[in-house]
Amino acid sequence: MPETARRERFEQTVLPHLDAAYNLARWLTRNDQDAQDVTQEACLRAFRFFDGYQGGNMRSWLLTIVRNTCFTWLHQNRPPDTNEVFDEEIHSAEFSGGPSPELQVLAGADKETLRRALEELPDVFREALVLREIEGMSYKEIADIASVSLGTVMSRLARARARLRQSLGARLGKES
Amino acid sequence: MSCELTQRFVPGYLDGELDLVRTIEMETHLKSCAACARELESQQALREAVRRGSLAYSAPAALRKSIQSSLRTSTATKDADRASAWFALLTWRWAAAFAVLVVCSVTAWQLVPALHGPFNNQQLAAEVLASHVRSLEANHLMDVASTDQHTVKPWFDGKLDFSPPVEDLAGDGYPLVGGRLDYLEGREVAALVYQRRKHFINVFVWPDANGVSPARALESRQGYNLMRWSRGGFQFWAASDVSAPDLAEFVRLLENRVSPGSK
Repeated sequence: MPETARRERFEQTVLPHLDAAYNLARWLTRNDQDAQDVTQEACLRAFRFFDGYQGGNMRSWLLTIVRNTCFTWLHQNRPPDTNEVFDEEIHSAEFSGGPSPELQVLAGADKETLRRALEELPDVFREALVLREIEGMSYKEIADIASVSLGTVMSRLARARARLRQSLGARLGKES
Repeated sequence: MSCELTQRFVPGYLDGELDLVRTIEMETHLKSCAACARELESQQALREAVRRGSLAYSAPAALRKSIQSSLRTSTATKDADRASAWFALLTWRWAAAFAVLVVCSVTAWQLVPALHGPFNNQQLAAEVLASHVRSLEANHLMDVASTDQHTVKPWFDGKLDFSPPVEDLAGDGYPLVGGRLDYLEGREVAALVYQRRKHFINVFVWPDANGVSPARALESRQGYNLMRWSRGGFQFWAASDVSAPDLAEFVRLLENRVSPGSK
């Protein structure tokens, strides 16, 4: 049956990237159950579009679908991003605010503190950081997945890091 | 390069995404500017902390399973959808007409017993084909593997209520390679396996008291050729993926070996 053969091919080529798919969904929804729902929906959607897959980077292809499914889901199920959303082009000069924390403070950041600080970033910043630092993707790949320009990727990453650093400094500074 | 520009390009520099000219400009500036060098160090420390934090989540096993089972259901439904699209073509009018047709055919069928034959043949052909395919797929081609008809024939003793004719056609290019028990038309039958180069031929044999009919090829199904005949008190069915002429040749040879009268 062609349908079965198609499913088997899908399972062999797409499912190896399930960890990456879930990881992105998990960071964007910030919740395990929602991430599972979104990943599942994205995979079924990917299966429907599978015939349109032209070859190339399978992980990017899948993550693009996961990303779009996530943002649709967030739009329907969550109040607008509580962290104010900046227009990157207008605010692109803003990112140096506040003294940066000491190197030792950053070096001592534990996993839980890092996780919380990352979760507090606006969605598009968190997305860029997760794709870059956890998935190790290039600017070009991130730009393709998020459908933005290379310049926007660079500016999102810069501002995501600046905010993360500030937030870590505040958290760790308080504790110590 | 100014401090402001340098600081803006630090992330790209760390990520190795700057072009060569900018990279050189940055490195020149970093050598002479302590503030910018500190900024670089700080971002480097941040990046290392994030990477060291092993923040990646792995997909739960339950999710993987659930996706696989959804895919299975969705493919099954799709196949079912295709089938129901066919039924959708039948409006109730057509359905009524179809029902009348069915009633008529069933009546005709019952009134004319002679029609039973071909119908049963169709069903039996499907069974034979399924047995043939299964024997190749399940790696269960033979219960007794032997090229010696005097080993294969006695093997059936005590396993069947008849003794099937077993002939070796090695001299004609169709060596006997073994036999096994199979099940057709609700009874146990002997299956004899012959080989033609890389292809296998299954010959199914069971008693058929009143049948004497010449070999006849059935329409090939799914790339397999089927032939049936009755002779010497047995009914024979042969199934294989060898070409129709090869199978016909094989059947002719086998027919000649089995004497018309004896068992």
